[in-house]
Amino acid sequence: MKKSVFLGALTVAGMAAGAAAAGTLDDVKARGTLNCGVTTGLVGFAAPDANGEWNGFDVAICRAVAAAVLGDPTAVEFVPTTGKTRFTALASGEIDMLARNTTWTFSRDVDLKFTFVGVNYYDGQGFLVPKALGVSSAKELDGATVCVQTGTTTELNLADYFRANNISYEPVPIETNAEGQQQYLAGACDVYTTDASGLAATRATFEAPGDHALLPEIISKEPLGPLVRHGDDEWGDVVRWTLNALITAEELGVTSANVSEMASGSGNPEVARLLGTEGTLGEMIGLDADWAMRAIATQGNFGEIFAKNIGEETPIGLARGLNAQWTNGGLIYSPPFR
Amino acid sequence: MTSLTDPPAGSFRLSMLLNDTRYRSYTFQAIALAVLIVAFAYLGNNLLNNLRAAGLNISYDFLGTPAGYDIDQRLIEYDNQDTHGRAAIIGILNTLLVAVLGCITATIFGVLAGVLRLSNNWLVSKLMAVYVEIFRNIPVLIWIIIIYTVMTAVLPPPNAFRGDTPTSSMLFDLFAFTNRGIYLPAPVWGPGSGVVVATFIASVIGVVAYRRYATNLLYSTGRLLPMGWPSLVIFLVPSILVYFVMGQPISLDVPALKGFNFQGGIKVGAPLIALWFALSIYTGAFIAENVRAGIQAVSKGQTEAAGALGLRPGRIMNLVILPQALRVIIPPLISQYLNITKNSSLAIAVGYMDITGTLGGITLNQTGRAIECVLLLMLFYLTISLSISAIMNVYNNTVTLKER
Repeated sequence: MKKSVFLGALTVAGMAAGAAAAGTLDDVKARGTLNCGVTTGLVGFAAPDANGEWNGFDVAICRAVAAAVLGDPTAVEFVPTTGKTRFTALASGEIDMLARNTTWTFSRDVDLKFTFVGVNYYDGQGFLVPKALGVSSAKELDGATVCVQTGTTTELNLADYFRANNISYEPVPIETNAEGQQQYLAGACDVYTTDASGLAATRATFEAPGDHALLPEIISKEPLGPLVRHGDDEWGDVVRWTLNALITAEELGVTSANVSEMASGSGNPEVARLLGTEGTLGEMIGLDADWAMRAIATQGNFGEIFAKNIGEETPIGLARGLNAQWTNGGLIYSPPFR
Repeated sequence: MTSLTDPPAGSFRLSMLLNDTRYRSYTFQAIALAVLIVAFAYLGNNLLNNLRAAGLNISYDFLGTPAGYDIDQRLIEYDNQDTHGRAAIIGILNTLLVAVLGCITATIFGVLAGVLRLSNNWLVSKLMAVYVEIFRNIPVLIWIIIIYTVMTAVLPPPNAFRGDTPTSSMLFDLFAFTNRGIYLPAPVWGPGSGVVVATFIASVIGVVAYRRYATNLLYSTGRLLPMGWPSLVIFLVPSILVYFVMGQPISLDVPALKGFNFQGGIKVGAPLIALWFALSIYTGAFIAENVRAGIQAVSKGQTEAAGALGLRPGRIMNLVILPQALRVIIPPLISQYLNITKNSSLAIAVGYMDITGTLGGITLNQTGRAIECVLLLMLFYLTISLSISAIMNVYNNTVTLKER
């Protein structure tokens, strides 16, 4: 019995590893849908709306890739993943790419054998507290009870931060954002910590958002971006350059409204190369000429996606800040289309 | 005259493996075993090849590296710079803690409910029937979440104890019930407390010795000594006397609200309580059914015979019915204990850091060593289950019918 259970687990793992072979681009084309891993629900980044349609900042990346590869932004099968299941889902081939505010770290890149194709949101870990607590700095949190999602970099940063400042805390491990929100609102924890963008998104759903404050300390760098498996560079390129196309489009002033007009002749050779009216970039990446045009036309450029889902006009209300284009003093920067 | 000769000595021929019913079943079992081994070897080999192709390997080195995460509920010292291995041990201890607590309380609930369900009192027996049916038929995960959610929603946060006119106050100024857990006073061992503890242990031994003596006296001479109050006296009086003689060396560290939380005393976290309580009442309902089955398996004539001898109902149950019923109750009870231990792995639903939460949760996710962690988990649960089974079977052998 002991042996058979042991080997049974090996079997499952073996089949999972077998499915992770190369050729994802061909698989996606043959299947006709893109399997995209997202969160189980974080308003603004990835959450189903009242009609069950997935919407959000991360979802737009999935849809842009589907539009570029399959010509149809709705040909996406969204797979909700938790902090704990996301890497297994990607490594086993259950999903083709993961767009789930996942932090790019050394060990995930190198040891877990994933390829981060870029950064779509520069974030940092923050603290959300009720204003009634009368705390104005994270350094005053000695002895506080902190809700933190388990299995995330957040959990490790939290331990590091309190250790470095020589103060103590009690962690309350939670599984999903919804659970954290419930525990926080019930007062079972004094503080909720996760990426500042996530905190802003969570606070936006509260009944009285004004009663809660984000502390000024940002205790970590959290570059969030989509990732794919190691060892399939062609597929990695497709996702990487789709993201870059959205970023470049904003830089060059290409929007979902003017994309067809720009394609027919803007005089800017980089726009022409991006939109496939000049050169053979599409062919090089294994797609047709107007792959990037489809992504931009259906989803809008990076700035449009930001403004529509999490920008200052939305309830989430995030300022561009670090996520502005490099030309506006931010960090968002795409290598050239050349 | 005929002479009887021995039948020809059976010589084994290869064809008998198929033709002879004595050997045929062994042949097929051997073939099936060989096929099974080949199949598993193929799958295992496939796994190793795929892992190698993906550039991964099976390695347990991660157990020695710093874990980097904190654990709230722990029985031994732990710090986020300790290793993943130590974090796994914390998890193991937490699993064992909730399993042991759960087994004890589930047994108490189960025996009470099982006996009461057979009560002649209509209301009591129906209430117990409702309890058993409700808890047996709803999954334990739901119970864990319900109890935890109710706890966090109903009990006040520590904030409510603050201020000049707090909305909540501590029970007897000793216990604080909050939605983060229950804070209890902790004993502080002063000089001379060793003597008190030694006296206490001695009186426990004394109680056991007295009861054994009384039982032997009852069986050998039929004289019935009182059990209840002398036990209580032996249990309490010497310890209390020594406590005051030594000058009250044991004092209490009462939890007090400092900063964000209660400090001092012992904290029993809300996740532990929710998990413990849910496992206890859920499994208690199953144990109640086992107990009922055991009692009903004892012939009614036994009750009537004991009654005819003039025994009172409580004593009939304790001396006549339950000892016989135990033979029926113990074997299914073993599997209920195993269920509690295995169901404790649902701990993560309420954030209790058991072995599934530490090794199978955070460690697995932070290191990405899924196969290694899952293998260790399986090894752990298997060891625990087999140990419980072995110990309980030893106990079972002591209560089985002795055939002479």
